[in-house]
Amino acid sequence: MALAFDEYGRPFIILKEQERKSRLRGLDAQKANIAAGRAVARILRTSLGPKGMDKMLQSPDGDVIITNDGATILEQMDVDNQIAKLMVELSRSQDYEIGDGTTGVVVMAGSLLEQAEKLLERGIHPLRVAEGYEVASRIAFDHLEKISQKFEFGPDNIEPLVQTCMTTLSSKIVNRCKRALAEIAVKAVLAVADLERKDVNLDLIKVEGKVGGKLEDTELIYGIVVDKDMSHPQMPKRIEDANIAILTCPFEPPKPKTKHKVDIDTVEKFQTLREQERKYFDDMVQKCKDVGATLVICQWGFDDEANHLLMHRNLPAVRWVGGVELELIAIATGGRIVPRFQELSPEKLGRAGIVREKSFGTTKDRMLYIEQCANSRAVTIFIRGGNKMMIEETKRSLHDALCVARNLIRNNSIVYGGGSAEISCSVAVEAAADRHPGVEQYAIRSFAEALDAIPLALAENSGLPPIDTLTAVKAQQIKENNPFCGIDCNDVGTNDMKEQNVFETLIGKQQQILLATQVVKIILKIDDVISPSEY
Amino acid sequence: MPVERLLKDDATEEKGERARMASFVGAMAIADLVKTTLGPKGMDKILQSTGRGRNITVTNDGATILKSLHIDNPAAKVLVDISKVQDDEVGDGTTSVVVLAGELLREAEKLVSMKIHPMTIIAGYRMAVECARDALLRKAMDNKQDSEKFRSDLMNIAMTTLSSKILSQDKEYFARLAVDAVLRLKGSTNLEAIQILKKPGGSLGDSFLDEGFILDKKIGIGQPKRIENANILVANTAMDTDKVKIYGARVRVDSMSKVAEIEAAEKQKMREKVQKIIAHGINCFINRQLIYNFPEELFADAGILAIEHADFEGIERLALVTGGEIASTFDNPESVKLGHCKLIEEIMIGEDKLIKFSGVEMGQACTIVLRGASAHVLDEAERSLHDALCVLTQTVADSRVLLGGGWPEMLMAKEVDELARKTPGKRSHAIDAFSRALQAIPTIIADNAGLDSAELVSQLRAEHHKEGSNAGIDVITGGVGDMQKLGISESFKVKQAVLLSATEAAEMILRVDEIITCAPRRREDRM
Repeated sequence: MALAFDEYGRPFIILKEQERKSRLRGLDAQKANIAAGRAVARILRTSLGPKGMDKMLQSPDGDVIITNDGATILEQMDVDNQIAKLMVELSRSQDYEIGDGTTGVVVMAGSLLEQAEKLLERGIHPLRVAEGYEVASRIAFDHLEKISQKFEFGPDNIEPLVQTCMTTLSSKIVNRCKRALAEIAVKAVLAVADLERKDVNLDLIKVEGKVGGKLEDTELIYGIVVDKDMSHPQMPKRIEDANIAILTCPFEPPKPKTKHKVDIDTVEKFQTLREQERKYFDDMVQKCKDVGATLVICQWGFDDEANHLLMHRNLPAVRWVGGVELELIAIATGGRIVPRFQELSPEKLGRAGIVREKSFGTTKDRMLYIEQCANSRAVTIFIRGGNKMMIEETKRSLHDALCVARNLIRNNSIVYGGGSAEISCSVAVEAAADRHPGVEQYAIRSFAEALDAIPLALAENSGLPPIDTLTAVKAQQIKENNPFCGIDCNDVGTNDMKEQNVFETLIGKQQQILLATQVVKIILKIDDVISPSEY
Repeated sequence: MPVERLLKDDATEEKGERARMASFVGAMAIADLVKTTLGPKGMDKILQSTGRGRNITVTNDGATILKSLHIDNPAAKVLVDISKVQDDEVGDGTTSVVVLAGELLREAEKLVSMKIHPMTIIAGYRMAVECARDALLRKAMDNKQDSEKFRSDLMNIAMTTLSSKILSQDKEYFARLAVDAVLRLKGSTNLEAIQILKKPGGSLGDSFLDEGFILDKKIGIGQPKRIENANILVANTAMDTDKVKIYGARVRVDSMSKVAEIEAAEKQKMREKVQKIIAHGINCFINRQLIYNFPEELFADAGILAIEHADFEGIERLALVTGGEIASTFDNPESVKLGHCKLIEEIMIGEDKLIKFSGVEMGQACTIVLRGASAHVLDEAERSLHDALCVLTQTVADSRVLLGGGWPEMLMAKEVDELARKTPGKRSHAIDAFSRALQAIPTIIADNAGLDSAELVSQLRAEHHKEGSNAGIDVITGGVGDMQKLGISESFKVKQAVLLSATEAAEMILRVDEIITCAPRRREDRM
């Protein structure tokens, strides 16, 4: 324990309540941290690649999640260890930044830590290891750039995009219809993409799911699907050429924000108040009618009377539509969100070619489809599937695919998957190591070895002999000077990833290497862990 | 170095073989639980709720059983979920889907212990399920054009569905009830128009289909008990005290006389409202909310039948069947659509008085009145009838029909077997396993009926090797019979949903190699 003594030999107390804290120092701390990081990586290792397995997670409330997505697994895992939390953060930041490769980045960090441990045992200072890793990561980063290829695509030629999305989807449970889903994802991204500015706002893609049906029934809708129905059961279920008023004010008597009281003390007042109330409802509906709205979408509820008036005046309405959905509807239909009835005007209305209500299954589930909108920039992907977990997992997988498509639009460089990029980097880093003077050389060499972990895991998960396969591929890469050789996970017969059409985005891969190196550097720099002990 | 506490306290982690074992065992336990309810000779279960009153439910319906179970095993939860979805989506086959998924996993477990990788098993299952579905598609019959035959198909399906339920004694009667009710819908799948009323007393055979609409309410005192050619206004409005809705309004008076004045004004307001309603030219007024004595009296004076407190569903249904709109304001009598019916009268079922609307505008609506000895019987009868109605509406929408009694399973098994023989590699083991899992269903049906399943299933398999065989298990005689002649049919849509979602679920569970259970959220022990 951290005890210091003054000149008379009495102990100082440095940390508050220090006897109740546990503390790890020096090499022990580093080793403990590395072990924790590796433990997390070990969990994800088996999820890597097209033959990777899923994890089943039970949340504190007993809900079951089955997933293959690294970020989701770690997020739901209820991690308590501090270093493990860092790894969770790592996968999350990959998810935010790139959206795909969340498993790979953790496996990579885990194997970097494993290699670091060996170096530490040899007495190399952790900071030297960190520096070596930094140098190596730069080499790998540049090498990736070198072996990357640009490929051209356009709105008419979406095939390359579809292929890349298929690579992402092939590791998920939905790989049964990866072709269809990849096409949906690409079309959705292209629909909302701004090809000039190379920007994609994924918020414009709404992913909605409903249990029942089959995965093959999943469809892309150029419009919005809202899980709501008409406020009055007898309103028309289908409106063509709708002019939509988008309101954020309730069809209810006004509620001023300032506190007030209306005192009724005479019969006349009672009657005028009554009259006013009636007029108020009338006015609200009249205003909507006046501007020419044929459909009202409202964020709030309706009073019974208002509801009937709307129905009576033949003005279909939808209530309790969430804020996000309201915004999407506004974007899609080109309307404005109107906060007060007074501000309604014809130009603020949104337009949609067709609005219809669709019912599902044997229960009274209904959804509202808003299609053929004035501005088709907002789209919805509507997922069907056999059970709840399947839908959730499909949503996550599609998210990954969407992110990949977006990244490609931002930057159309790709590298080849199946571990080929890692193997090629490993060869390049190894070669560079020999030219580097100083202790860092060892660290750089270890980095090269760590890079091998991904193809190793891929081969292992696919049931191939890992070391045999890796060495064979590596030799082939050097012999043929072909950086596209990878692990043949699906037993296709060739290990040229270019022929197999297995791509990943360049920025995704680069980001993986950078993020993994950064986290490992942070972990290596820690030499003292102070935590409140259990009480 | 061992890692201490990676996860929070109480959180558990199971890996590899153990995780797989846990999910197999959980899934199979669930499947075994509902297995005995399968088929016409399946048994029922008693469920006792842990809530107050310890209510019990007697049921044969897979979805109902599974819904009420408190399950901790995550894999079992997947199966419960598919059964629930099956219920929502097609309404029947809730037991079969769980049993099939369970059998698929049971076979998969054997393969895993033979050191076949789960991914290989999944690949095989996927090939098999495609092949099985194709076989079903090829053999499905469609009699949509021939209305006579279609009706008999529907009857057969309804009877097959009901035969495993409590209604099996009177299955022909109930099948006819259900088919009549569904055919009245004329192709729409809106089950809301079919109302099921449960009245204890009498026997199940006393149940009947009523062409009109029956509302479980009483007619106000002093009001006519029978109206012909009724004009009905369906409303959702306050008929007690019509509060001022403007926020913050309150009454503040300084003398008793003022109170009286305001009270009079309130009364006046109500009177005006009633006058307005009467001005619609109606002779029947149905409100969702309460009607107080005062307006009720006014209605009685005007000779109008006023019914209060019809619940929300009742109102919607009434509006639907009578063709009126649900009104909440009454200022424009000329444009409000009124509902119509030929006759409103009070009828007695058992000891209860009910209001019956007959000759309603929309011919689609009808009411099925169920009678039975006890509430449990009635509940179960309702569930059974609901299953039958769901299946029938689905069949009306998608009119393809298959034979029952294990015929589709044997058919698929045969096709899948042939596929297995043609497929090289380890996947063929999985395809073989799939066919065995399919054959397990007729085996269970036979077992539940106390028959010699091994003998029967092998006979069936031999029969099915002939092209165009109609053989299935005839539970009544205990032999192999011609399903076509026996009139045992099933809906194609239900069978397809069973096949697809069971395989999907099995695949999901197979892919799992690690289970992480978070620490359960602490709850106050309320018991």
